Amino acid sequence: MGISAEAGHGLRVGDVVVVRNATPAHHHRTPWFVKGKTGRIASISGPFLDPESRAHGGDGLPKRRLCAVEFRQVDLWGEGYRENNRDSLLTDIYEHWLERLGQ
Amino acid sequence: MSDDHSHPDLKHHVPLSERAKRAIAIHRLLVAKGIIGPAEVESVIDQVRTRSPADGAKVVARAWTDPAYKGRLLSDSRSAVLELGYRLSRDADLAVVENTAGVHHLVVCTLCSCYPTALLGPPPDWYKSFAYRQRAVVEPRAVLREFGTELDECARVRVVDSTADLRYLVLPRRPGGTDGMSEVELAGLVTRDSMVGVGEAKTP
Repeated sequence: MGISAEAGHGLRVGDVVVVRNATPAHHHRTPWFVKGKTGRIASISGPFLDPESRAHGGDGLPKRRLCAVEFRQVDLWGEGYRENNRDSLLTDIYEHWLERLGQ
Repeated sequence: MSDDHSHPDLKHHVPLSERAKRAIAIHRLLVAKGIIGPAEVESVIDQVRTRSPADGAKVVARAWTDPAYKGRLLSDSRSAVLELGYRLSRDADLAVVENTAGVHHLVVCTLCSCYPTALLGPPPDWYKSFAYRQRAVVEPRAVLREFGTELDECARVRVVDSTADLRYLVLPRRPGGTDGMSEVELAGLVTRDSMVGVGEAKTP
């Protein structure tokens, strides 16, 4: 899986991060329901070619590290999540979508 | 590719759907521009079709019987499956997540239908449906119950949404009462659904 302890711009496994709440017009792989949400980096892989560039004929550079970010389900859905407060969701977010909380 | 090239699978007297015409046109362009080789699409399709959940089951059974292998599978999945002769596509990497008494993983791709085809073959239709892709993230336990999977009260659910360059395979829990079983026998207990996380491995 190629996990490394450090992301391109200093993100590390264990960091608490906020997903940028942006809606660029171009193709991107960040699901709407995690935008603006806070989670924790569980692992880091890559770097991979950037799909936001490749989808539009670009070369995919610079490569981006991919962070598996874990969110509490109740943080994503609020009262809409009626199952179990301890449940979580893990999803892969490219590093340039993440900001370390408190910076 | 010249116009008189006849695709082996397409007879010209069969009317093609608009979607098929579009796919052929895109394929010709990709070949003409040298982005893919003439036989590359077919070889990838063939490769996916030769894979089935029986392949993923062999990987799981090895992990159940060999703790050192399991460690490698969880930490460096690409190399670990290569040991058993499985090649991943050049585009997507693999991650394996382990189900335990305390945590149950369920895999979905909300953006499209990313799936570990290199180990499981093509995804089932329900995996690609809007209903599954939407509900798996919002009410995973309800979805699990519809697949006949009742979790222990103490287990938490961790949904894995594979949005990008990693394909996720679930390493299901080894069922009880399987102590004396061989690796081949164990592989027979590993279902596709248990490796997607909507089910658990069969009990003998």
